[in-house]
Amino acid sequence: MNHKLQIEKLPTGIAGFDKIANGGLPKGRTTLVAGTSGSAKTVFASQFLVEGILGKDNEGGVLVTFEESPADIRRNMMSLGWAIDEWERDGKWLFVDASPQADHNIDEVGDFDFSALLARIEYAVRKIDAKRISLDSLGAVFSHFANSSTVRRELFRVGTAVKQFGVTALMTAERTSEYGDIARYNVEEFVADNVIILRNVLDDTKRRRTMEILKFRGTSHQKGEFPFSVIPGEGIVVIALSALELEQRSSTVRITSGNVDMDEMCGGGLFRDSIVLVSGATGTGKTLMTTGFLAGGARNGERCLLFAFEESREQLMRNATGWGVDYEQMEKDGNFKIVCAYPETGSLEDHYISIKSEIDSFKPNRLAVDSLSALERVSTRNSFREFLIGLTSYIKHQEIAGLFTATAQSLTGGTSVTEEHISTLTDSIVLLRYVEMGGEIRRGLTVLKMRGSMHDKNIREYSIVDGKGMQIGQPFRHVAGILTGNLRYVAPDELDRMSGLFKD
Amino acid sequence: MKQYLMKLFIAGDSSRSERAVKNLKQLCDKVMFDDYEIIIIDVLEQPNIAEEEKIIATPTLLKLNPYPQRRIIGDLSDSDKLLGILGVK
Repeated sequence: MNHKLQIEKLPTGIAGFDKIANGGLPKGRTTLVAGTSGSAKTVFASQFLVEGILGKDNEGGVLVTFEESPADIRRNMMSLGWAIDEWERDGKWLFVDASPQADHNIDEVGDFDFSALLARIEYAVRKIDAKRISLDSLGAVFSHFANSSTVRRELFRVGTAVKQFGVTALMTAERTSEYGDIARYNVEEFVADNVIILRNVLDDTKRRRTMEILKFRGTSHQKGEFPFSVIPGEGIVVIALSALELEQRSSTVRITSGNVDMDEMCGGGLFRDSIVLVSGATGTGKTLMTTGFLAGGARNGERCLLFAFEESREQLMRNATGWGVDYEQMEKDGNFKIVCAYPETGSLEDHYISIKSEIDSFKPNRLAVDSLSALERVSTRNSFREFLIGLTSYIKHQEIAGLFTATAQSLTGGTSVTEEHISTLTDSIVLLRYVEMGGEIRRGLTVLKMRGSMHDKNIREYSIVDGKGMQIGQPFRHVAGILTGNLRYVAPDELDRMSGLFKD
Repeated sequence: MKQYLMKLFIAGDSSRSERAVKNLKQLCDKVMFDDYEIIIIDVLEQPNIAEEEKIIATPTLLKLNPYPQRRIIGDLSDSDKLLGILGVK
């Protein structure tokens, strides 16, 4: 055998899933979707059919239900925005109802098989020329029948026979624990070529849904757990972060940070597709820099989008007015939008998806998130990192300039937790620091990193002026240790001597 | 109208189906004499009826008359058990 048989993939249309599946489900094969109760198996099984119908080929789908009645499924899926009854009328969706019937008391007298079920499934597939079929959930059949060894044998037969129908099949199975056997009855995994695990894990008091492709027989997929969310009107959305490719181009076009002196410090402005992290303690002027960044963009006719997780609309408006920026007018002009939300209103995955959909609909040139630290409060370490990777690569991909803020814990010196996570993901880092000097608090800023460009290495003093915003002044001279918070004075002659050391 | 009305769902000419038909007829002849009617439905030929009646297993015997209706699956090889379920004295 020296020729290769490529296994074709069927794009499922489930957002993000096709990415982690390297294209979709193996076509014409059977995939097992296993998960504990409440892990969104039925949603997955239904959505697989929905996307087939909504896809360009308008493929029909058959749902064989062993657990919930068709009426329940129709009603439950309606909340996700899927009008199953309409597709049934159009001959695109067909139920095979194998759910327990209240008025059926079944007695077993002798040996039986599932030929009737198989005949019904085949009939349904032929009737609407279905290309996709979901069986939800196979193991539920065990509760209908007393003789479990017969059920095992027959489910195996049904699973094997479905493969002959020329459809791509998806079977769900119940698991009893998040990290244990693949499925409760073991029979399911033997008929399936591929296994996907859905998890609903309690992680540090927060529920976190993840999806893992355990195996794709004979074809490739992304490995590991990927977070997902179930969104009304959309269904399952997989956040395929690590599957994102580092393929974004790098722009050399400079844009303004909103502050002339800051642009100069950055060697002529920020790059158009760069991500800037502004880190500082509370009150150092992070929101001010954000405001300047957005106002500067809007002045140049760029579309700007602000996600605010710390302050209300009214507070933001008032602050901006105090710095001479009219947010209200900017919104009226149509190039600016504020989205305010409490971080606690959803999981980080939910926020990620809503941020993405805002970006998709508003199509900004600039985006600011104030602050990341507020979002970090509602997440676990892993999901926060995944969120950042996802968001930064998503906006870079679309050549959107991003500015994120992070709150440092200590007033002078120090770094923020957020910063540790994100610093490698950003192109530029601006530090805002309090500097205690001669008994008074002053402010200093520095551009710590500016990827792909020369930048000012000085720590410069700045002040916040009413009606004008940030005024950047001269570098601090004769002091060292501002960043660490341990200030010490350096005599002028020592400074000269130090500089002399590095002269040619 | 006969006293007993039953529907038997079978799958083609499998040995299990043939056994069920034979077992049922033998028993009915013995205890119901001529007072019964059996409608035999082959699910391979009429899957739509299997769908309407939500039949999963074959063979499946539906006792429609007299009440109460019963649903019995299997090749009906245990005639004593079957008699008990059908409620025949």
